[in-house]
Amino acid sequence: MAARNVAMREAIRRALREEMHRDENVFVMGEEVAYWQGTHRVTRGFLEEFGERRVRDTPISEMAIGGMAVGAAMAGLRPVAEFMTINFAFLALDAIANHAAKVRYFFDGMFKVPLVYRAASGWGNQATASHSHAPEPIFAHFPGLYVGCPSNSLDAYGMLKASIRDDNPVLFTESIALYPKPSPMPDDLDADYLIPIGKGDIKREGGDVTLVAYARGVDWALQAARALARDGVEADVVDLRWLRPLDMALVYESFKKTNRCVIVEESLPMYNFGGEIAALLQENMFDYMDAPIKRVAAEDVPLPYSKEIELLALPNAQKVVDAVKEIL
Amino acid sequence: MGSPSKDMLLDWYRQMALIREFEETCHRLYEEKRITGVYLHLYSGHEASGVGSMAALRKTDHVITAYRDHGIALILGMDPKAVMAEMMGKKTGSSGGKGGSMHLASKEHNFWGGYAIVGGHLPLAAGIALEARYKGKDDVTMTYVGDGATNNGYFHESLNMSAIWDLPVIWIIENNGYGMGTEVERASGQTELHRKAEAYGIKSFGRVDAQNALEVYAVASKAVDYARENGPVVIEHVTYRYRGHGVSDKQYDAREDMSAELKEWMATREPIKILRDCIEAKYGDVGDILAGHEAAAERIVAEAVSFAEASELPSSYEDLLSNTYVNSEFVYKTAQSIGAGID
Repeated sequence: MAARNVAMREAIRRALREEMHRDENVFVMGEEVAYWQGTHRVTRGFLEEFGERRVRDTPISEMAIGGMAVGAAMAGLRPVAEFMTINFAFLALDAIANHAAKVRYFFDGMFKVPLVYRAASGWGNQATASHSHAPEPIFAHFPGLYVGCPSNSLDAYGMLKASIRDDNPVLFTESIALYPKPSPMPDDLDADYLIPIGKGDIKREGGDVTLVAYARGVDWALQAARALARDGVEADVVDLRWLRPLDMALVYESFKKTNRCVIVEESLPMYNFGGEIAALLQENMFDYMDAPIKRVAAEDVPLPYSKEIELLALPNAQKVVDAVKEIL
Repeated sequence: MGSPSKDMLLDWYRQMALIREFEETCHRLYEEKRITGVYLHLYSGHEASGVGSMAALRKTDHVITAYRDHGIALILGMDPKAVMAEMMGKKTGSSGGKGGSMHLASKEHNFWGGYAIVGGHLPLAAGIALEARYKGKDDVTMTYVGDGATNNGYFHESLNMSAIWDLPVIWIIENNGYGMGTEVERASGQTELHRKAEAYGIKSFGRVDAQNALEVYAVASKAVDYARENGPVVIEHVTYRYRGHGVSDKQYDAREDMSAELKEWMATREPIKILRDCIEAKYGDVGDILAGHEAAAERIVAEAVSFAEASELPSSYEDLLSNTYVNSEFVYKTAQSIGAGID
């Protein structure tokens, strides 16, 4: 099948645009999404195409963005609310965790909350401490919410479409580092190409070690796998894609084959994705475990400005390779 | 809208008598530990605020409030049985026992709920009003907010958003003098709370004596008409709570000044008595009708208590896990994988 390389931001824009054409109730709101054409250019051209009614600039009011999306969704619209970066979503944590995630439960199913929060996430480019987070696990903590974190363009396309069409609230994070990154998308892609919520993916097959990752961590895992292959070590790379629900069946299947696991993520190392996956593996796969489970995450510091120490704090492929070699 | 008819006034009396009976019964049941939990915020003393303002709405309009929500639910016509059962955490409760006192709601009555985080429901109100604007409907969203919440970021962001997007929200500040135990004067730089509207270019309909249902209705009618045509408005209802912030706090016993203040309000500004006096001044002796409403309120609430006490408690894992998501299947799977003990 013919395919061409498409940057992840283009794939996200295409998915969002098609969903807005498909369903009149889908609309976009957020800071700079309309006249400014989107801080990350995801909504470029939307104002001209859909008009002010459906492409709505908000003031710098994250609490209101987070909560208004909930009210609009309960009332029957399908808001796609953008947090310019996920750092600013902290201001809306109550709206997300206490309202979006819980309204359905505490009224025992009376309301649906079909909304998507989009948020650019990740470290790097000397953005400095308060603008440098990959805190997806914080949001994945809350039952009632789904959390999706794509690692390439095709996944981003199918995952965002599935998120918009689902009747539950979804936090959808987009790695800033991956926005410009091209990856293949088929030319004859179906506009109903959906990646089911909670379905992970094997990005590379190998029998010696399982690398579990999501979003940008998948990049590091794949780079590491290529380096390890030169030394004759074959890694299975499991891209979970969704932090909630977690496709643990896929991880277990791989682990039964490899009996070894390194978990890779961009997030901080305490109370994180790696801890969760490691705990589930030891609880459920103890008999298959041949070595300690290793975790590669960011260093446990706020991110500094200066480039060299910033890079020291970040995970990378070499750190993954080193971790694998410790448990072979 | 003109002045309320005799039938309307009598019906307001019915509503207020029902709320008072319901709330005082809740208070007694809480003392007797037949209603449990930590949170039970009663509407006694506030009745005219809700009754007078909601009388200005149409059926298709929307209502949302914070955690002092029992009175609002009853005014909108929710079944007292389902409301009382929710107080007791029963399966027959309006939220299946999952929400409790602070989370009453009814889709069929366009009642979008009571909410427990101070100010948390305010952007939801704006979002509900946005749906009406988006779809070209002229329904308004009546939103009750306590005085304490007007110092919270949600309030300011939501009012501002309602202003720039012309959202038809009636922001009703129910100023009962205290945010929990802190007086308005110690909590807000602007103590005429309705004037906070000015900061966002929102029309204020000023302060209303919200112990008088007729005054509440007169202002609310104008405000609702304005909001339907134009966009957001603010009204400040000056009222008083008879049972403290919530039943589990005892500040009235501890603070003599508050206790004296409460007695003064009850003696001179009792909303049910004020309404009764208005009706009688206008229509003469209607004592039999009012006594009938009071007796009906007692009967309805007693039946609600019997119904609630006879109802089943939710007790299974299915009860626990259901409605976490529109499709909760994966929640069960997760619960199984972490050994929560479901079959």
